[in-house]
Amino acid sequence: MKGNFIDNLPKVYGIYTGGFIGFIIIMAIAEQMGMTAKAIGIAFVAFTVFIYALIGWLSRTAQADAYYVAGRQVPTVFNGMATAADWMSGASFVAMAGGIYFKGYGYMALLVGWTGGYVLVASLLAPYLRKFGCYTVPDFIGTRYGGNLARFSAVVVLTVASFTYVTAQINATGTIASVALDIPFQYAVYIGLISILLCSMLGGMRGVTWTQVAQYIVLIIAYLLPVFWISNKMGAGFFPHFMLADEVARIGELEQQFGFVKNAAADLKTVPKGLAGITKAHSAVNATPWAFISLALAMMMGTASLPHVMMRYFTTPSVKAARKSVGWSLFFIFLLYSSAPMLATLSKLSLIDPNLPTGIIGKSIAEVQAIDWYQNWNQANLMFVSDFNGNGTLELNEFFMGGKAVVLATPEIAGLPYVISGLVAAGGMAAAMSTADGLILAIANAISHDVYYKIIDPKAETAKRLLVARVLLVVIGFAGATIAAMEIQGILGSVIWAFDFAMSGLFFPLVLGVWWKRANRQGAIAGMLGGLAAGTWYLVWVRTGGSGFLGITQLTFGIFGSAVSFVLMVVVSLMTAEPDKATQKMVDDVRVPSGKTILGKSH
Amino acid sequence: MSNQQKHWEKTRSLLFITLAIWFIFSIGIFLFGAEMNEVSGPFGYPWTYWFTCQGSLGAFVILIFWFANRQEKIDEEFGFSEREDE
Repeated sequence: MKGNFIDNLPKVYGIYTGGFIGFIIIMAIAEQMGMTAKAIGIAFVAFTVFIYALIGWLSRTAQADAYYVAGRQVPTVFNGMATAADWMSGASFVAMAGGIYFKGYGYMALLVGWTGGYVLVASLLAPYLRKFGCYTVPDFIGTRYGGNLARFSAVVVLTVASFTYVTAQINATGTIASVALDIPFQYAVYIGLISILLCSMLGGMRGVTWTQVAQYIVLIIAYLLPVFWISNKMGAGFFPHFMLADEVARIGELEQQFGFVKNAAADLKTVPKGLAGITKAHSAVNATPWAFISLALAMMMGTASLPHVMMRYFTTPSVKAARKSVGWSLFFIFLLYSSAPMLATLSKLSLIDPNLPTGIIGKSIAEVQAIDWYQNWNQANLMFVSDFNGNGTLELNEFFMGGKAVVLATPEIAGLPYVISGLVAAGGMAAAMSTADGLILAIANAISHDVYYKIIDPKAETAKRLLVARVLLVVIGFAGATIAAMEIQGILGSVIWAFDFAMSGLFFPLVLGVWWKRANRQGAIAGMLGGLAAGTWYLVWVRTGGSGFLGITQLTFGIFGSAVSFVLMVVVSLMTAEPDKATQKMVDDVRVPSGKTILGKSH
Repeated sequence: MSNQQKHWEKTRSLLFITLAIWFIFSIGIFLFGAEMNEVSGPFGYPWTYWFTCQGSLGAFVILIFWFANRQEKIDEEFGFSEREDE
């Protein structure tokens, strides 16, 4: 190939996508020739992880700016894809459609929240932080406000938020690896971790960028192909997004007909942990405006404060490219997010409509228990039926499913070949790995660059800095895996908490750093530490039986945390001296795209 | 007023417009979620349902690209756009 790697990107990833589709076709043929389901699952996960590791190895580097910001030469569209993979985690891929399936409208606040935040990223922060030229988010805080304490406070908030998030992702890689490779979860977690580290250790941000693009391609194919296939197979329409209105209305009718019968507490005790029945309407509005809006708002402000997303925009060649790149990121995210409700609709209708051959509600319990896929997923502890009222027929309130099953099991329920299930496993693995990579790198970079290099040993040579960064990567990864192996909190819960922690401590210190010249060091430190402490206190209080106020729940505690952060930051800033002339000049320079970055190319 | 101040003034008003549109699609319409869901909207979906699945999400994508283009124009107008070789 002529020219350098960057010029050839479309060609390289074009060949890669073609190769991956070829691999899917080969697997489909192998299935027809008698390859077992288990072998197909192993082949999918092993093949894709091998490719990511190969990309990780090819991207190895010994330069600081390549390791921290991928040499700042990632083109707009590709950075959009990498951000989309970085963003869409195991929660988006595996858990989101399930959440919509069970909770309906109230849950769909997450769809709005996890996309609307990008408007804040594009307009308030990304271009300005790119102009700043920082390597990490605390690098911006530390330089804008000055002083080691401000820098260190930012590292603390970043670590709390990202670490909460990363344990959930390692948990997800472990779950998928254990199902696909058929090994116990405790070992699968470490296999997942080693795959993650292979992508990031040698190349840092550069390695992560190019593997994330590859992972995006896998995960989007793995999500969209089954949605379109199922929709066509059911005769629901060849383009589901525009054609499922009748199906949505039909679910509403069936819900009316069956009714949402409340189960007795004693009956529910027999249901395995983590499984749920359908108790909320599919498309009707079943939440108060504030419940919906507060969750959406918390997720939007959290998006704009999560360092692993923000640092993706440090890798673009220019400020202009950073702005456009946010648009592309959201476009690539939109492709998956707009499909999740469609998958939930198809999945639900195929299970509950008695007129469809796949429908199970209204069939006899014995008949359902004899179905192949029911037995498989029942064994995996993701499905359960029980005849509570003793009439021998399955009612809507007697069918239970795990949230993950909506994505993982629907292809099988709809009668698609197993090769699709293998593909979905590879997609879930890609989604969880790409996010875990971004998060571990964000933490390790903040500690190696901001704590080690900027605070402890400012004279360290590049080789030594990068060694420290890599050692930290491994240590943080293992710490995350160890906690993930304990399985304390579900995937979705931890992810939402991470957003709340991030917004409590970082949203206002970041935004006001650009938009309010008067913001000073004392105010920022008070805002970061006070906000984080207030948010954490509220979470603990509600978790230990506190009643909460203003309808703020343990999922939206960031609203309280960030409000405290804002008030503290403004009051303390105004009570103390305004920033010096040099700092004010720095803010002015950040606000115009042209000219040199505030921090040098290598710092 | 210096060139830079004027640039910042325009940038700030663009921010306010962007945030106002963002507010409508992320918060404003959901204040009337229950009422709006009674009416059939695009492709036959109920309005609120459609906004949460596609409408608001699509609006955000378009809004960001629109914002990026407008901001580029402002930067050019005041001579603050980046040179290609930087």
